[in-house]
Amino acid sequence: MTTETAPTPQTSVAEDVPQPGPRFAVSALVENLRDYGLVLALIAIMVFFQFTTGGTLFKPVNLSNLVQQNSFIIVMALGMLLVIVAGHIDLSVGSVAGFVGALAATMMVIWPLGILSNPLVVSIICLIVGGAIGAAQGYWIAYHRIPSFIVTLAGMLTFRGMCQALLGGGSSVGPLPDPFKQLSSGFIPDITGSIMLIPPVVNAAGKTIVGSGLTLHSTTLIIGALGVLAYVYFGLRARRTRERHGYEAEPFALFAVKTVVIGTLALFLVYQFATYKGLPIVLVVMAALIALFVFITKKTTIGRRVYAMGGNAKAAQLSGIKTDRLTLLVFINMGVLSALGGLIIAARLGQAVPAAGLGSELDVIAAVFIGGASAMGGVGQVAGSVVGGFIMGVMNNGMSIMGVNVDWQQVVKGLVLLGAVVFDVYNKNKG
Amino acid sequence: MTSTILEMRDITKTFPGVKALSNVNLSVEEGEIHAVVGENGAGKSTLMKVLSGVYPAGSYDGKIIYRGQVCHFKGIHDSERLGIVIIHQELALVPMLSIAENIFLGNEHAKYGVIDWNANETRTAALLKKVGLSEDPKTLITDIGVGKQQLVEIAKALSKEVRLLILDEPTASLSEKDSQALLDLLLEFKRQGITSILISHKLNEVSRVADHVTIIRDGQTIETLDKSQISEDRIITSMVGRPLEDRFPPRDPKIGDTVFEVRKWSVYHPIHAERQVIKGIDVTVKRGEVVGIAGLMGAGRTEFAMSLFGRSYGRRITGEVLLNGKPIDISSVGKAVEHGIAYVTEDRKTYGLNLIDHIKHNITLANLGGVSRHAVIDDLRELDVANDYRGRTNIRSSSVYQKTGNLSGGNQQKVVLSKWLFANPDVLILDEPTRGIDVGAKYEIYTIIARLASEGKAVIVISSEMPELLGVSDRIYVMNEGRMVGEMAASDASQEKIMRAIVRGEKAS
Ligand SMILES: Nc1ncnc2c1ncn2[C@@H]1O[C@H](COP(=O)(O)OP(=O)(O)OP(=O)(O)O)[C@@H](O)[C@H]1O
Ligand SMILES: [Mg+2]
Repeated sequence: MTTETAPTPQTSVAEDVPQPGPRFAVSALVENLRDYGLVLALIAIMVFFQFTTGGTLFKPVNLSNLVQQNSFIIVMALGMLLVIVAGHIDLSVGSVAGFVGALAATMMVIWPLGILSNPLVVSIICLIVGGAIGAAQGYWIAYHRIPSFIVTLAGMLTFRGMCQALLGGGSSVGPLPDPFKQLSSGFIPDITGSIMLIPPVVNAAGKTIVGSGLTLHSTTLIIGALGVLAYVYFGLRARRTRERHGYEAEPFALFAVKTVVIGTLALFLVYQFATYKGLPIVLVVMAALIALFVFITKKTTIGRRVYAMGGNAKAAQLSGIKTDRLTLLVFINMGVLSALGGLIIAARLGQAVPAAGLGSELDVIAAVFIGGASAMGGVGQVAGSVVGGFIMGVMNNGMSIMGVNVDWQQVVKGLVLLGAVVFDVYNKNKG
Repeated sequence: MTSTILEMRDITKTFPGVKALSNVNLSVEEGEIHAVVGENGAGKSTLMKVLSGVYPAGSYDGKIIYRGQVCHFKGIHDSERLGIVIIHQELALVPMLSIAENIFLGNEHAKYGVIDWNANETRTAALLKKVGLSEDPKTLITDIGVGKQQLVEIAKALSKEVRLLILDEPTASLSEKDSQALLDLLLEFKRQGITSILISHKLNEVSRVADHVTIIRDGQTIETLDKSQISEDRIITSMVGRPLEDRFPPRDPKIGDTVFEVRKWSVYHPIHAERQVIKGIDVTVKRGEVVGIAGLMGAGRTEFAMSLFGRSYGRRITGEVLLNGKPIDISSVGKAVEHGIAYVTEDRKTYGLNLIDHIKHNITLANLGGVSRHAVIDDLRELDVANDYRGRTNIRSSSVYQKTGNLSGGNQQKVVLSKWLFANPDVLILDEPTRGIDVGAKYEIYTIIARLASEGKAVIVISSEMPELLGVSDRIYVMNEGRMVGEMAASDASQEKIMRAIVRGEKAS
């Protein structure tokens, strides 16, 4: 998880600056308690389901399923995070996803569009349509000050209706072409060739005596290893620059533990994927988007402006930030990501159905709030929302395997959401 | 016959990374006005929050003895029950409710849960009379000025059978006249036996009404002065730790050509479209010049400045703005900032700060371009900038990572100022730049103003404190009811002259 410890200039004259040493380490730990807590919660939930599902959760097949079934929630949560940080909400994302999925299917299967029905072309058109939908909603919110709750509630009804209308009532449209389905069910190609761990030795009767015959997807392993190395490298480099400029970085022990835990977890998951068919394409797409949004929110001026606007819109405006335009952009972004979510859902089902994405806005919003965003705006992290999304995903998946009734799944998810927010509020009041 | 009503002993309160109070002692006599003074961030507000139970017993160390009994307040309800009422630095009235509704909020006269509005309004009228207000109890809070709002807060305190009234900088945003009225009211309370604790940076007021003054510096009690020892200089020496020779830095103005010019500026009220708020104003500012705008509360100075700054106030705005002789378009804040114009608001909480974010992010917000390349922020450069300005304006905080919402009022003001200094404007409009700021820090801000002017910038200072205007400006405009009713060189201006111009303006309109 990303953490921002409070580095202090060592040259400071103030005497009340926390001194380095154990006390500082403790205070850094306490300050980031929420971040660590969230990751620990995710790990605890994973371990819990690993046991209750009799080891099924971490089975490579299931991990692939988990990712393919829940990635659209995380993709949409990235947009929702910005919406919520900006001080708004978007209730329409599930409906927009459903509508865009229906549109994609109709374009590819029903309408005689010739070359235009190519999956790639259709996907691009659909993302643009998503952006336009976001713009249409954002316009009323940004320039006419209609509360986002109301505008997107209207959007939720409108686009669900349009989705059903497009599909001609209760019917579904499919099957979708195979190349399109790759988006959700495909795996990255093994360009470096698979490797066999221990070649099986077969006896005369044709029975395997030793060796599992386990083949590993080597490209996946290479990508995973490079990713983890890059993570460690950039972490170390950031520390180094910080120290060179005379600022104290977070305590090394803390940094080391954090890096090792996250690195090991990542490597373990990558290995699991490698034993199956490799990295799902949708996971790669999702990872790239996560990296992009971490960058936008942490490093760019536009990201900073969204936080400033959510924290105090009037002050942001009086600092020269064009809050109207920024709000519009945030909703356009949300629209594009909802559309992508819709494409992912359709690709996974292999067809467009009237109920696609139904109710998913709630999972998406819950992921962002579990991730520590504030309903008042101005507060929230991409990393938090992603972990929040995984918590929702693992619970969905784990409870389904355990055979927990869908009704009770809702109850549990509701309680987890409440618990996370209560924890936040309690933490804040104590501090 | 005097007896001690309150004793606070060895109060220590720490926040993460900051020791706000360490072993503070305060002893207040029954029926006196006891002033508490100290620099920004010294811990005055914190001490009062400890006393009133905002910070509950257990979250601090030390003892509170009130009327002979050790108290452990768990919240403000506990202290209010014993007659201790606090009026916070930032007013806590609900703007869209009436005076009566505000006064009895949470304490409504009600039968079986049904509010008896007649009883509430009759009682409100009686309370308002006590504080010298003749407003209708049904008037909405937004429709009365800050001065009257402050009096409503006091009326609210009276409704709770107050014995010990705590006022945290009650006159910071009041005009001289309103401040006088408020202080007279405190003296009247004193005659009725109500004890008051008064926190203020206006030392002339303190010396006028206080029976004792307790000075706090860096979270520690320095001393308590009694009536015979109280003088402004004595207090300052004790507050700052050394005598302060001058209240204003020396200046040697080098005034050049006209830089900034506003012609026939006229603005209408944003809601009451018929009401003209600014009535055709002309203003010029020269290079290197500090121009003051004097006027009473409600003269339209803030409205003028905000309407100029990217049309942030009002409707149907007409008029012309020239920079270096050329007309410029400053119809949005972005454009105004691009033209090198900055406006430092008088209302830091509403318009100045993102209170949930830290000092660093607040300081760079108006000039993100200055810490980024191709829209990517350079963290370390930003950190350097923030630390630099934190030092320059002497912001007291644990680090630049302290949330601005946790800073003392005066230090918040310095963050807003830093933000605009970093934007490096050519024309700087400062609206009440020293509101809630201690004497030492005021001097620092005046020094910054003087330095900006000597660098050839144009500075406009709006202030309700006339000595301040006379001390920092080269030229002073007098504004009244949306018009400029006077203009004079600071060298031959005086408080009387300014007041006379205002009165003349009032007669003329
Ligand atoms: N909630 C908080 N968290 C952390 N630090 C705090 C908090 N509240 C106050 N402080 C710190 O405690 C110190 C004392 O603040 P306090 O508001 O009491 O000052 P003050 O004397 O009232 O100043 P001013 O004259 O500017 O109002 C300051 O350094 C401030 O930053
Ligand atoms: Mg204070």
